[in-house]
Amino acid sequence: MSIALLVTVGGLTTVGLYLITARSLSRILLGFSILGHAAVIALLTAGGPPGNAPLADRDSASDIANPVPQALALTAIVISFGLTLFLLALARRQQALTGDDLVEDDLEDKRIAARLQTASTEATA
Amino acid sequence: MSFLIAMVMIAPLVAASAGILLRRRARTRDIATMAGLGVAALGSFAILFEVASNGTQVIRVGGWSPTVGIVLVADLFAALVLPIALSIILIVEVFAVGQRRTAWGANPELAGPLLGVLTAGVALAILTGDLFTLFVAFELILVSSYVLLTHQGKRGQIRSGMTYVVMNLFASTLFLFGVAFVYAATGTINIALLAERIPELDAGIRLGIGAWFFVVFGTKAAIFPLFSWLPDSYPTAPTTITAVFAGLLTKIGIYAMIRFHTLTGMDELGPVMLVVAGLTMVVGALGALAQSDVKRILSFHVISQIGYMLMGLGLFSAAGTTGAILFLLHHMPVKTVLFLVGGLIENHEGTSSLDRSGGLAARRPLIAAMFAIPALSLAGLPPFSGFVAKLAVISAAIDEASIGIAVVALAAGALTLLSMTKIWIGVFWGTDADQAEATPAAPNNRRLMTGATALAVAGTLAISLLAGPIFDLSQRAANELRSADLYIDEVTSR
Repeated sequence: MSIALLVTVGGLTTVGLYLITARSLSRILLGFSILGHAAVIALLTAGGPPGNAPLADRDSASDIANPVPQALALTAIVISFGLTLFLLALARRQQALTGDDLVEDDLEDKRIAARLQTASTEATA
Repeated sequence: MSFLIAMVMIAPLVAASAGILLRRRARTRDIATMAGLGVAALGSFAILFEVASNGTQVIRVGGWSPTVGIVLVADLFAALVLPIALSIILIVEVFAVGQRRTAWGANPELAGPLLGVLTAGVALAILTGDLFTLFVAFELILVSSYVLLTHQGKRGQIRSGMTYVVMNLFASTLFLFGVAFVYAATGTINIALLAERIPELDAGIRLGIGAWFFVVFGTKAAIFPLFSWLPDSYPTAPTTITAVFAGLLTKIGIYAMIRFHTLTGMDELGPVMLVVAGLTMVVGALGALAQSDVKRILSFHVISQIGYMLMGLGLFSAAGTTGAILFLLHHMPVKTVLFLVGGLIENHEGTSSLDRSGGLAARRPLIAAMFAIPALSLAGLPPFSGFVAKLAVISAAIDEASIGIAVVALAAGALTLLSMTKIWIGVFWGTDADQAEATPAAPNNRRLMTGATALAVAGTLAISLLAGPIFDLSQRAANELRSADLYIDEVTSR
């Protein structure tokens, strides 16, 4: 397993995780794109040592790369591409509605928490 | 037979495409989507009969060997869950067609086709025999659910939709990493081969994989403390959509967990699962008590009930797994019915808030009856299906001498009943609070909506009437999962 690839996976994961803790959906979106790359590289690393293209030289099975993780990686890339577009649309809609693209808290939760606070201040008074 | 297994996935997709092509011709479109979903539902019942009498059925897609190709496996567990899941979607689609375009109804041009895609995803998730196809199936389900949740573009939907999408997308990314770890550790992603190879790994790697997938499936299933996205987002969607989400989505997460963790023998994770299960039950039930809106109370119940299934799984005994499967089968229709009744309440009262409605029992006794039956069933009172399922889980816990979790489960049941009483008092008793019956913006087909709900109520009653045979089948399914050898043989040999 290549150390360089593993370090890359670690670095990308760190950056991605940092970005998705942000409030702004466009940062979260960038974070997910980067995390997606990290996952894809992890998949490829899991497939064993690099080799020749699996279809170019079918005769020598020993020196070709493992094709299964490549197939999985391609599928994952296509899915993350679609989801990136959806997140962009969501951010755009949020911006049209509120003027920014921040992920907001659960309003009902806040309302119930506020009710609790009023109740406790009444009890102490 | 292999034709049937392929058909339950293809028919809904064909229906979805037809629905998109025919989007301007409302009547043809609705009939086409209902027909596609109906064909899939009938096919799934045929699969159940075939599997129950002739054993597990396997398709190798494209004829590839299981080491590299995709396999679809209809074992008894899958065959039991599939017909219930697909019937639920069909009933909800009928309800949605009846509801038409109102303030609370989903946009029919989109809802029908998207439900078709969702159905295909659900069928694929249930039938798949490898982890990566499970990932793809989850994505298929989630992508359609993202759009179903946010397609009206209302402010609340976008706000909660963002939390929902971010949480689920994060779980999906973890899933992809998990696939990479599993592939690196075992060289395969086929579940049957994993059931063979994972028990041979070092304890550290094995439990690492188990814990990783517990978090992945747990986020989808909304276990404690990963549930925060659920009660926020579900109530904002149109009621029909929420009914499908509540009845199916979290259950697919728990289904995947039961399959993966039981087949790969992650028994050491049992105690952790039991603690999480207890917290999930109690926090969900307490959360429900604090709410004052029908849909939010019901959403918290979804979380609470997931705890019972997790408890059955976490016991890692034959009786426990049987209980978990039985609970899953009972819970899916009951939860859907409750949300459909929530939709009927909204339709009549113009709101689902407890403070602003009342006196519905006198005006609409049928709705009250259709609420009471699944509500009592969910709380676990005899003679309804919830009683049988809860009894199975709790007696399994007592068999394993896990008295603590059994007590917690009973207490959570009492809390559930309490919050159901809250809905009953708020909506069905008292006098009509402050407004006349709401007049919907577009003509609804109330008969179709009530009919669909009544059919679903009849379905939940059928489950309690057939509790004996269903229990026996669940027991067989649980034994197949626990011994794993049969599953491995069926998939790898031939």
